[in-house]
Amino acid sequence: MLTDITIGQYIPGKSIVHRMDPRIKILITLIKITILFLIDTFWGFGLFLLLVVGILLAAKLPIKRVLRGLKPVFFLVILTLVLHLFLTRGGEVLWQWGFLRIEEAGVFTGFFMVARILLLIMFTSILTLTTSPLELTDGIEYLLKPLARFGLPAGELAMMMTIALRFIPTLLEEAEKIMKAQQARGADFESGNIIQRAKALIPLLVPLFISAFRRADELALAMESRCYRGGSNRTRLHELQLKKSDLILFFLAVIIAVFISFF
Amino acid sequence: MLIELKDIRHVYNLDDPVVALENINLEITQGEFIGLIGHTGSGKSTLVQLLNGLLQPTAGQVFFQGQDINADRASLQDIRKKIGLVFQYPEHQLFEETVAEDVAFGPKNVGLSREEREKRVKEALQLVGLDYEEFKDRSPFNLSGGQQRRVAIAGVLALKPEVLILDEPSAGLDPEGRQKLLDLLVYLHQELNLTIILISHRMEEVARLASRVVVMDQGKIALEGTPAEVFNRGEDLKKMDLDLPVLTQILTDLKARGLPVRTDIFSLEKARDEILAGLKKIEKSRESKTC
Repeated sequence: MLTDITIGQYIPGKSIVHRMDPRIKILITLIKITILFLIDTFWGFGLFLLLVVGILLAAKLPIKRVLRGLKPVFFLVILTLVLHLFLTRGGEVLWQWGFLRIEEAGVFTGFFMVARILLLIMFTSILTLTTSPLELTDGIEYLLKPLARFGLPAGELAMMMTIALRFIPTLLEEAEKIMKAQQARGADFESGNIIQRAKALIPLLVPLFISAFRRADELALAMESRCYRGGSNRTRLHELQLKKSDLILFFLAVIIAVFISFF
Repeated sequence: MLIELKDIRHVYNLDDPVVALENINLEITQGEFIGLIGHTGSGKSTLVQLLNGLLQPTAGQVFFQGQDINADRASLQDIRKKIGLVFQYPEHQLFEETVAEDVAFGPKNVGLSREEREKRVKEALQLVGLDYEEFKDRSPFNLSGGQQRRVAIAGVLALKPEVLILDEPSAGLDPEGRQKLLDLLVYLHQELNLTIILISHRMEEVARLASRVVVMDQGKIALEGTPAEVFNRGEDLKKMDLDLPVLTQILTDLKARGLPVRTDIFSLEKARDEILAGLKKIEKSRESKTC
């Protein structure tokens, strides 16, 4: 259930997508996401989906797993669709019942928004599924470096992100454990209306927060006792190096992006 | 038969399967004290979660009092009331503002009245050795680690389970806290007639308390029997990365060096007497030789 969330979960592999330079992967992801918000035709979305499937295949990722990662946003997707269907006005009236009315524009924007959300999550989960958290934050740190001149603490931000990503699976595991412990005491997380369910989460959230704070404390101690210091003088064990293939793939991605945006 | 596991198989993560349990058949009768031992990852924790329906077996059935517990999801609440499960580090599940409210969480979930809840909380806290008046209004987060653990265990006892399962309940406690906990288990078993299943890495605990020991290895039940029977097979246990109780180890070593002692003794006093008796026997035989 909770472990369905794919963000922050890395599946090791040796595919071409795995071996790409993380900086390039992040840039490509940013470009694609931008494109995703520019597309507004069925053709565009179709091509984008094709692209996503293509990358999934190239990365040899289990498609089932990626699809399962969409489950947590199911509610958001349905809500978006319903709101657009009934509230966005424009075009022909397709259906009417009392004050409820569905118009053409609502159907289009509704489905487009849904497609956008789903594709967005799929694309970003490709990034996190094929890039180890360490590589990912290295990449982000490099990309943010130019902003250090304006006082942005790139290294610290990157470290915070590494830690956050690293602890997502741990906290999920912890959440599942606490949930089971409370279930063993007769707690019921699965039935009741929204308010009852939200209330039922308190016995889960309080221990979860406490354990997160405790972990943070312990981690800080462990890092300090190994003389961790932020700042600009840190050197790294593995320097990122751009390969020729990275550049080729980057330009390919840009061309594809431009191509898709024309539809 | 109180609990019966039939041909259980449990697989985690169906995409990338990890077989946690395979071919498990186990029967537990009312009033038993089962010691469940096994190396990390041998499937102990998975096994006990199957017993109260927190996990559903991939194949096979779990019966409680003759009833398949997974046949009807609605009755699970009832099962969980009767089978109490204390997880590892149970103090990590505390969440209420006061000790009394936290202990009352279980009774509240099963719909007991306010008076009944208060009665249960009093009883449970008393069982774990915490004074109700002194502790009821304190925040569970301001207690010591050992006290927190006892509050958490009281939270399970407040449901008045017929079966109590504990996963490493003494881990991380100081010797005094551990002794108190073990005394509590003995009391629950002998005076309140609870069926107890204890997972532990400490072989001494298991050897002293359990009426039957079940050894798990790589998802299967590898050995089963009285403590004497199981700990008599030191070689097999070593292969599974398990230790013998210290006393058993000492007695076995002494026996190997020629001291006539029994090795199935698990209490310190009796072991001392046995060793002294063994030494006397040797002295006697020496005297008779020299004469």
